[in-house]
Amino acid sequence: MPVTRGFFRKRPDGPEGRLPPGQYDTGSGWPVLTAEATPRLDVDAWTMTVDGLVDNPTTWDWRQIHALPGSTYFGDIHCVTTWSKFDTTFTGVSVDELLNVAVPQDDATFVMAHSTTGYTTNLPIQDLTGGKAWIVWEYDGRPLPREHGGPVRLLVPHLYFWKSAKWITRLELMAHDRQGFWERNGYHDRGDPWREQRYQGD
Amino acid sequence: MSIEDVAPRTTAWTIGRIIEKQLPTPTTVRLRMHVEDRQRHWPGQHYLVRLRAPDDYVAQRSYSVASDSEDPLVEFLVEKLPGGEVSEFLADVAEVGDVLELRGPIGRWFSWDVRTPALCLVGGTGVVPAVAMTRAARRAGRPELLRVLAVARSREELPYADELARAGASLALTRVALDGRPPGPPTASEVAPLLAGVEIAFVCGSSRFAQLGEALLMESGFPVEKIRVEQFGATG
Repeated sequence: MPVTRGFFRKRPDGPEGRLPPGQYDTGSGWPVLTAEATPRLDVDAWTMTVDGLVDNPTTWDWRQIHALPGSTYFGDIHCVTTWSKFDTTFTGVSVDELLNVAVPQDDATFVMAHSTTGYTTNLPIQDLTGGKAWIVWEYDGRPLPREHGGPVRLLVPHLYFWKSAKWITRLELMAHDRQGFWERNGYHDRGDPWREQRYQGD
Repeated sequence: MSIEDVAPRTTAWTIGRIIEKQLPTPTTVRLRMHVEDRQRHWPGQHYLVRLRAPDDYVAQRSYSVASDSEDPLVEFLVEKLPGGEVSEFLADVAEVGDVLELRGPIGRWFSWDVRTPALCLVGGTGVVPAVAMTRAARRAGRPELLRVLAVARSREELPYADELARAGASLALTRVALDGRPPGPPTASEVAPLLAGVEIAFVCGSSRFAQLGEALLMESGFPVEKIRVEQFGATG
C-alpha cells in the first residue's frame, strides 16, 4: 500500500515493546464502544453460569462469586479500534477458579461468552485458562463503571478487547467453534493484537 | 433481526482518492472520495481510513459514511479532534487528489434496511449515519420511513443542519433557542411523539449523548432490544 502523502508518525510508541502493531497509546483515556443500550444490571439479580460441556454445570450469584479466591490483573489492554491502554488494574476472580469447580470435559475446546444483553463472543478454551482470563468487577480499586461493562465483565487482556464481554453472565463450553456477535460481523475469530488479527482474513 | 442474526461480510483494504474536500465548520472536514473496488453499503455503516508514514507506521480510524449507496462517491464528515493524528491530518494536510487506504463497509448491526420504520436520535457529528439514512430514504422514495431528532449546541455546530431540516428532521439545540424552543437537551416529551409506528431506533453520538438518548427512549417506553447504539469517545 502507498505511503500517505504528508503523513508522519507523531505519537510515541509507548513503553518499549508493549504497543502492538497499528495501535496507539490512549493515555489516561478509556474510549467506550458498545453495540446495544447500556443495561442497568442489578447485582442481586445477576448470576454467572458455566455450562455446556462440563461435569458440574454451576451458577454463582454475586455473593458466591465474591467468596471465591480473588485475583488481580495488572497490565495493558488493546482495542481493535486501535487504542491501547497501559498499566490497568482489574480485580475479580480468575476464570480458572470457575472452571475448577465446573470441570470441563475433554472435548470442550471452545467457549462462547454470553452477556446479559445477548452479546456473544467466541474463544478457544486455552485463551481462558492458565491465568489469562478473569471475571472482574473492579477497575483501579473502584467498582467497574457501567459504561465499561459494570458491574461485571469478562477480561481477556491478551486478546483485542471485544473478547472481554461486558455484562458477562455465562460461559458455554463447546466442542466446536461457533462465531459470536462481532465475529459474525467480520471480526477475527481469535483476535491476537500482536498478530494484528482484527478482521476475518487477517 | 436480533443481535444473534447479523450476517458476516468480508472486506479487504482498497484505496480511495479525495475528489472533494470542504471545511464546513472550523472543527469538521467533509471528504468525498472515489473508492476502488467499492462494495454497496447500507446507511449507518462505516469505513476504516488508514494513513501510512514513510517508516510504515500506520494509524487507522473508523468513520461513518454520510452518502447513500447510489452516490458515485463515498462521503465522510470527520470531526477534527485536538491532537487527533488522523482527524487533524484529514482536516489540515489532506488535499484533493490524495490517495488514502480504505476498508469497508463495516458494521452490519448499526445499519438500516431502508424498509423498517426508524427513528434516529443523533448528536453532534453523530448525525452522519442519520444523513446517510435520510439520503437513502429519499432515494428510495420512502422519506416517511425515517424520523430524525438531531441535537447540537447550536445550529452552526450541527453538521448537515440545512439538509436535515429540509428533510423534515427535528432539531434540538442545547445552548440557544430555536423557533421558540428554549435551549436545552431533548426531553422525553419531544421524543415520544416521534416514536409512533417506529420499530427500530438508532442512537449515535458521544458516550454522554448515547446515555441520554438511551434514557430518553426507555423513558418513552421504547423496547430496549430495538435500540441500536453507536458511540464514540475521543480517539482522534
